[in-house]
Amino acid sequence: MNPTRIRSVLAVCAALAIALLPLGSGPTAQGKGTIKIATQSPLSGGQAALGEGIKLGTQLAIEKFKGNLEKTGFKVELVPYDDQAKPDVGVSNAKNIIADKAIMVVIGHLNSGVAIPSSEVYKEDSLAMISPANTNEKVTDRGYPNVNRVCGRDDVQGPVGAEFAAGTLKTKTAYVLHDKTTYGQGVAEAFKKDLEKKGVKVIGFEGTEEKSNFDPLITPLKAKNPDLVYFGGIYDQGAPFFKQAREKGVKSKFLGPDGMDSSDFVKIGGKTVVGTYYTTAAAPASSPQAKQFGVEYKKKFGKNPEPYAAESYVATAIAIKALEEVTKGGKAPMRAAVASAIRKVKYSGMTGAIEFDDKGDPKKASYYVMQVSTDNPEKWSENKEAKRLAIAAPAMKK
Amino acid sequence: MIPSAAAVAFVALSTAAVALFPRSILVFLVFQTSLLYAYVARIPGWLRAALLAAALLVLMPAIGAYNGYYLEVATQVGIFVALALGLNIVVGLAGLLDLGYVAFFAVGAYSWAIFGSPHANVLFGGGGFPLPSWWFYPFLVIGLAVAAGTGVVLGLPVLRLRGDYLAIVTLGFGEVIRVLANNLDKPINVTNGPRGITPISRPPLPVEVSYAVGFYFLVLLIVVVVILVNRRLEDSHIGRAWEAMREDQLAAQAMGVPLVRAKLLAFAAGASFAGVMGVVFSAKQVFINPESFTFLESIGVLAMVILGGMGSIPGAIIGATVVTVLNLQVLKGLSLWLNELKNAGVTILGYNLAGLPTQLEPAKYERMIFGLILVFMMIFRPQGIFPARRRQRELGER
Amino acid sequence: MDFELLVGIFPQVLLDGLLLGFMYALIALGYTMVYGVLEFINFAHSEIFIVGAFVGVEILLGLKSAGLLETLPWPLVLLGVMLGGMLASGALAVSIERVAYRPLRSAPRLIPLISAIGMSFFLQDVIRLVESLWRNAFNLVYPTLEPLNERFELTSTIDVSAKSMVVIVVALLMLWGLHALVNRTKIGTAIRAVAEDQAAASLMGIDVNRIISLTFLIGGAMGGAAGVLFGVQYSLINPYTGFIPGLKAFTAAVLGGIGNIPGAMLGGIVLGLLEAFAASYMSLLTGGAFGAEYKDIFAFSVLILILIFRPKGLLGEVVRERA
Repeated sequence: MNPTRIRSVLAVCAALAIALLPLGSGPTAQGKGTIKIATQSPLSGGQAALGEGIKLGTQLAIEKFKGNLEKTGFKVELVPYDDQAKPDVGVSNAKNIIADKAIMVVIGHLNSGVAIPSSEVYKEDSLAMISPANTNEKVTDRGYPNVNRVCGRDDVQGPVGAEFAAGTLKTKTAYVLHDKTTYGQGVAEAFKKDLEKKGVKVIGFEGTEEKSNFDPLITPLKAKNPDLVYFGGIYDQGAPFFKQAREKGVKSKFLGPDGMDSSDFVKIGGKTVVGTYYTTAAAPASSPQAKQFGVEYKKKFGKNPEPYAAESYVATAIAIKALEEVTKGGKAPMRAAVASAIRKVKYSGMTGAIEFDDKGDPKKASYYVMQVSTDNPEKWSENKEAKRLAIAAPAMKK
Repeated sequence: MIPSAAAVAFVALSTAAVALFPRSILVFLVFQTSLLYAYVARIPGWLRAALLAAALLVLMPAIGAYNGYYLEVATQVGIFVALALGLNIVVGLAGLLDLGYVAFFAVGAYSWAIFGSPHANVLFGGGGFPLPSWWFYPFLVIGLAVAAGTGVVLGLPVLRLRGDYLAIVTLGFGEVIRVLANNLDKPINVTNGPRGITPISRPPLPVEVSYAVGFYFLVLLIVVVVILVNRRLEDSHIGRAWEAMREDQLAAQAMGVPLVRAKLLAFAAGASFAGVMGVVFSAKQVFINPESFTFLESIGVLAMVILGGMGSIPGAIIGATVVTVLNLQVLKGLSLWLNELKNAGVTILGYNLAGLPTQLEPAKYERMIFGLILVFMMIFRPQGIFPARRRQRELGER
Repeated sequence: MDFELLVGIFPQVLLDGLLLGFMYALIALGYTMVYGVLEFINFAHSEIFIVGAFVGVEILLGLKSAGLLETLPWPLVLLGVMLGGMLASGALAVSIERVAYRPLRSAPRLIPLISAIGMSFFLQDVIRLVESLWRNAFNLVYPTLEPLNERFELTSTIDVSAKSMVVIVVALLMLWGLHALVNRTKIGTAIRAVAEDQAAASLMGIDVNRIISLTFLIGGAMGGAAGVLFGVQYSLINPYTGFIPGLKAFTAAVLGGIGNIPGAMLGGIVLGLLEAFAASYMSLLTGGAFGAEYKDIFAFSVLILILIFRPKGLLGEVVRERA
């Protein structure tokens, strides 16, 4: 192609683009009557399954709870963004989100590495963010007025597991593994620290990014024969790991964090993972609210909820409650007002009663230790509750 | 005369259009196209320079005041332009296939992240950190030097390797740097592992402007310097040595090109640009963790260089711009627009989009379209968008 | 340090490493076949590989819902599933070559590489699209073939599962078959001729395009078989699973000397052993200061070392630089 052709191609492009101008101006044309709720999570790439759970949970909640807002004359819409689990994409999306004045709340992200720089952007315009999944302490420890989370913190969930392992299971020796992510390593380290405080010996502590072949990790583990194996991570790594360990003849008890709370856990692990314990902030799926959520989710999307879908649902419900408060009498909502209204919401749903403290953590998180009771994925909701604990988030460190 | 008038009118009209429709992504694309047109149009040199300068120095920040998202896109384009120009030296000029380029970016980013944040206190003890924020500017040079040093360190062992053996070693090197960043939170906490480092200080700006504008100008300045350095390098003694080496290593050696020095210089020069941009990136993001420095990022930058036209400076610039704009703007805009249509319940060919199953959510398939575009670009324009003049002649002879 | 433990697990680690190595080797064969002929890294091979795994799991799930999984003898099931995966992957590889690589054959060598990367992105999401429409699932799980799950205890601490042995046997058979095909048949001679010099080969009456298609077919089929075995061995697959094993296998192929079939096997095994030993021993030997997370660093460092002393890989010969 010679330069002349480049020029003519460009000219054609320009003509086309100008002809299409009215299309592109679509997003602005809507104006006052619409309130948008955005999600940011990875919708493509290896973590897409979890990211989509966030989007679908939000979608379900919007459809369920938008009634009151629509009565006051607002249209409520979902705008899903794909952050590709990449911080630079997340930040650029965030800039796009704050430029769309109709967006009042962001539900996201999946990765703390994306959430932290993106929330710096939301803060510029006091846009509220409620995170369903970011357990990194620094997400809320920065003390921003617009950043909240409905999930627990690593330094809360870890100790819950440790309490259960040392107290209820009477573990003497434990072997701890994690997936080298913010979440997995964070919760595994917190677990290990608390466990050692309680006098349990941690005879192995390993991280791995491996997703398929766990043989080389299991061999030394099996030789050391611990009472308990803890895997800090998500079910798509945890379940194959536990499965391969059991098949290789490891007889220890298994424990994991809320990343294991998915029916896919038994779909992958089958019989080998029956009896595994996991800690979770979501109430047992046997509770009426959670059961209903599971049924509705399945009905709408044809599959069982992913780990953070319930949290996203709750986060959206809280956001809508705050929006109802702010728009009382048909007033158009302001971002800062929405953000401060979210802090005042008292919500009680399937992840227990949620009220935010002054840095956006849930004031008191109820934790449940559950035990997998069957290898039938359809009966994931019938898992047994082994223990219940309520722990407050630590106060802000000055 | 006519092209000059057309170019001025094009830029002016598209600017006016952006002012009229500040949210329309398509209009902004037209503005970007007008700049490209101004660059390729047959107009006097002074007019071209004046148009581009006016657009980049005045119009772009003004547009950014309307919509911060565009400024973010422009800033990220700048960052990737510098990266692509750096890699262009290694791959395009010297012909050394580097699949781990992002490692140098990481080295630069971490050098400022560690010292520009309280994290250095953990590493060195005491409370002297973060360094005062003006240290950012010296760190641009330090980051450059550290990255260049890393480039030499990588270059030394691979001097004897050629072609794909070199590619695999650089790939391995890139992974080693990322995994090191992910793991070096023990035994000595250098990088804080997956949890990343935050808050990273931002530089003091000489003039009272927002950080978004400040970073835009900073990146622009660095890009201009990088382009100047690149042009000087290309025509210099060493630049011709690189090209000779690329075409035929043996012949180059026979003609007295010092291979060792030329190769090491290529790695060091390429790496240094990435190092500088790494420092800027870490300050811009406030938070970094290893997720920003994956193998896919290296591949992305390589795609930019080849898409634009290997060994060509305008090619690397346009390649970086096209890929970044596609990823952050066009594909996002497309999926947002489709989402708008879906929410509005538009009917296409008798099918109501509101009933679209979630499996077909447009936001999920941005990467698929990107892949397809890469394939088509290569098939229909294998020499790149703006091929290097020398290469163009070669291909013409075939 | 617990010396007894270190020695005690050694044979098991060796076995783990060998198994992983054979897995890498199987995938690496596809890279090496294509490279040998075209001197081009088929970046989309990891997707070709995972398509085999997906077709395999679909056949198995189909058999399961028809109730045939338990009734049919397992070698028959495995053979059928592998054939299905090989066919699908082979056909895919041939069509990719036709669409995305053939028009670029005379272009500089990095151009088809980018086309391959684009193809890889595209295929990942196409697989995902198809699977989400068909099964509405992201992760798919291989149904267990009970006889393959059996474990044989060699000693009280060492044991090996039936499926691991199947992987090793199949890998050896395929290596042998491929080696024989390339070195002892007429087609093999044609493939080698095309690899040596395309123009001269075409002058000798060899249909170069057909031979290249055939190379992709064979390489793709190898990838498909590897995909099925990967699924049987590790059970969990998703559309992005292929990427990391693909990268490792590519590394293995280069380590062994790319373009060289026994080299791919050797490279795979060396890489597998390195990874297994690093992951098992790193933490034990350093008292927990460095752990299994360093296995890739260890493996890559050794790779760099080997390439410094043998710049053409372990079994590589001097490769012509393409002018």
